[in-house]
Amino acid sequence: MSSSRPLSNPSFNSPQSASTPPTAPAVRPPAPSGSAGTPQPGHSGLRYPSNRKTIYDRNLNRSKNAELSRAAFAYLFVEMISYAQRRVTGIADLEKRLNEQGYPLGLKLLDLLLYRSAPSSTQPPTTRPTRILPLLQFITTTLWRHLFSRPADALERSAANAAEYMVSDNEPLVNSYISVPREMSQLNCAAFVAGIIEGVCDGAGLKTVSVSAHWVGEGDGGGAGAKEGMWPGKTIFLIKFAPEVIEREEIMGGKGG
Amino acid sequence: MSYYFAIVGTQDNPLFEHEFGTSKQGGDGVARFREEARHMNQFIVHSSLDIVDEVQWNGGQMYLKHIDRFHNNYIFCFITAGSVKFLLLHNPDTHTPPNASSRSSAATARTSAYGQSASTTYNPTAPAVEEAIKNFFVEVYDVWVKTIMNPFFKLDMKVTSPVFRGRVAAAARKHL
Repeated sequence: MSSSRPLSNPSFNSPQSASTPPTAPAVRPPAPSGSAGTPQPGHSGLRYPSNRKTIYDRNLNRSKNAELSRAAFAYLFVEMISYAQRRVTGIADLEKRLNEQGYPLGLKLLDLLLYRSAPSSTQPPTTRPTRILPLLQFITTTLWRHLFSRPADALERSAANAAEYMVSDNEPLVNSYISVPREMSQLNCAAFVAGIIEGVCDGAGLKTVSVSAHWVGEGDGGGAGAKEGMWPGKTIFLIKFAPEVIEREEIMGGKGG
Repeated sequence: MSYYFAIVGTQDNPLFEHEFGTSKQGGDGVARFREEARHMNQFIVHSSLDIVDEVQWNGGQMYLKHIDRFHNNYIFCFITAGSVKFLLLHNPDTHTPPNASSRSSAATARTSAYGQSASTTYNPTAPAVEEAIKNFFVEVYDVWVKTIMNPFFKLDMKVTSPVFRGRVAAAARKHL
């Protein structure tokens, strides 16, 4: 999982000044009042980092190819799960909480990845996905590549329900260090990724009823043999679009992207 | 020429407002809306949201160009991937209010000097103007993406950062 969200290095200058105790009191007062160019820093009570750089000074493509260590991600993810597990009423509730943790990420990644997929930094994106298929292709290729460095394994439309689409991943990275206890075998922690997908869909204006993560061979009744197959951890993300989205899709037809 | 720029969230809630005048043709970048019409800007921009809802699904373009007109106010729209709308109200009127005493007389004189000739030839929906406004929107979009990357920024949150306002004002000076 690559870490491309610019985490806020600005706005906290106290740890740095605390590390240099003798000079800290002398250095800090000029910081809020000095340096022109930004509109009256002292006036708003906004605190600037010591290097005067705010998030607006960072190039959005800076961490484009940066990657996060898998161990660090696994450690954080375990903490996120145990945080979500507090005072939880059941597996469905736990999955809902994991979903909610992923949701804001999806909203933001949609904008960021479209911005980065532009051919050059001087030519930012001019189009956005407004139909189901281009959006799902964006999810299975661009989003998946960004998160897991590879595209998703399959994208299918449900035969039973026209509003349901399935994205499958043979070996979800988020589940690679998670062994689910037998009594909670329904639990799939990839609900976090489902939340990211839901955020992307909702952000693009294609409202979803729900996005959920399921183990293959359970829930759908799709053959118990798949469990022992080549991909024991295969997960399907079931995307249910809202009826108005399907209706609009039918009215607009093939027009536009 | 005066501009009113607003960012509208996914629930049609205003997130950011900025008023400015042109900086081209010797303009001083100060908005000169008629006092009696100034309060209408918010209503005009808000009413154009209905049109945005209709045209946003045609083709998936982010820049929707000129979408609405109310008397001499032209509305331009840009919609981000996250369905946040940037709306720019453009009033080509170079009229100066009668009680301009609060403003510098030099600036007032300059505005009225080119006002007569400019208002007759100026076309707010010309390709050159649309292109300039597009460049403005694109620059604001860049700053907007940086804003939403803030981990503490939640959907449809108001933007209060003075740095953001400064960047929008700089983009306005550069392109409009």
